[in-house]
Amino acid sequence: MRMRTMEISVGAFIVAGILALVMVALRVSGLTVTTSSDSYQVVAHFSNVGGLGVRAKVSMSGVAVGKVVSIDFDQETYDARVVMEIEGRYDNIPYDSTASILTSGLLGEQYLGISVGGDDEYLADGDVFEDTQSALVLEELIGKFILNAVNTD
Amino acid sequence: MHKLLARLRLLGRAGLEGFEALGRSVIMLSRAIFGRSVFGSRYQLLLAQLYSVGVLSLVIITVSGLFIGMVLSLQGYNILVTYGSEQAVGQMVALTLVRELGPVVTALLFAGRAGSALTAEIGLMKATEQLSSMEMIGVDPLKRIVAPRFWAGFISMPILALIFSAVGIMGGAMVGVNWLGIYEGSYWGVMQNSVSFTDDVLNGIIKSVVFGFVVTWIAVFQGYDAIPTSEGISRATTRTVVYSSLAVLGLDFVLTAVMFGGL
Repeated sequence: MRMRTMEISVGAFIVAGILALVMVALRVSGLTVTTSSDSYQVVAHFSNVGGLGVRAKVSMSGVAVGKVVSIDFDQETYDARVVMEIEGRYDNIPYDSTASILTSGLLGEQYLGISVGGDDEYLADGDVFEDTQSALVLEELIGKFILNAVNTD
Repeated sequence: MHKLLARLRLLGRAGLEGFEALGRSVIMLSRAIFGRSVFGSRYQLLLAQLYSVGVLSLVIITVSGLFIGMVLSLQGYNILVTYGSEQAVGQMVALTLVRELGPVVTALLFAGRAGSALTAEIGLMKATEQLSSMEMIGVDPLKRIVAPRFWAGFISMPILALIFSAVGIMGGAMVGVNWLGIYEGSYWGVMQNSVSFTDDVLNGIIKSVVFGFVVTWIAVFQGYDAIPTSEGISRATTRTVVYSSLAVLGLDFVLTAVMFGGL
């Protein structure tokens, strides 16, 4: 009898450990079970990515539809090449949509926003955004502002 | 000159003794793990130890996890609300617990709760000559006594650390969301965006595995190596808690530097 309660409690202990792992994995780190098989990759070129990082979210109308997979410097076009992965169920993004780098809140992290265009054709795997809008760099903005102030004098 | 030489000799002796103890502990551990197999059921021995080391530590781990999560949430809120970014409380609580406090505090509590008990138990077995009588009837005490205790600690530690983190994050949510009024969606959402499974959760588990190994190793060795008197056992128990706490904190710095410091 004592052996049985001991076995049950050790079993419950291990189950609690597994439950904690599942909770930490799914609820805390947001690990999704769905693999990347049902997603497609799109490319966008930016003259300045600002503080955008890998794994930043890609959002459409504020809803997360994918994530940034890689950011590197394109040596032919001299700009930043951002590859993003978009979930397969959002397969009707018009071809002339705009990708822009936005900031959530005043000090928040940067993410990629897609403003929907009006084309009949949709973006498919490997396509490139034709219209992009770079990150707003505060220093450049201040620089322009000062230049304007000097010019108007 | 003679005094200086005597001092030097004392230092040398202390160093030699330290290395000797280290060597004995390595030999003990390798014989406990790889030695000849035990007479009787291994499963039942391990089960009994998992119960006394793991299950009985659950209460202190869950209660302290809950309170640490709640305090983190409260403190984080008070600081972050001045910057108007109180929705980052979830991220702060989760990262602190998963990366650092989960493994470290669990290991410290584990050393005090289970490690000291292991040392005292094995030390008393040695003092009452149970270990030598076992050898007399042909049962290897390293296999029968030390090995199941070591494995039980090694297995329990990551499980306890995971439970600690999970309970702490839920405690943080309780204070942050239900009491202080952070929007629930942003508490969990910001957390999920910033915590990565491989970088944060897995590294935390690796830390707790390392701590489990070190703490139980120190505990069983101090018990096995104790001077078989009541004073010797009390010293060995103290040494277990002190050494394992220092080892955990020192190793935590090294592991953090390797995992997150870009070393």
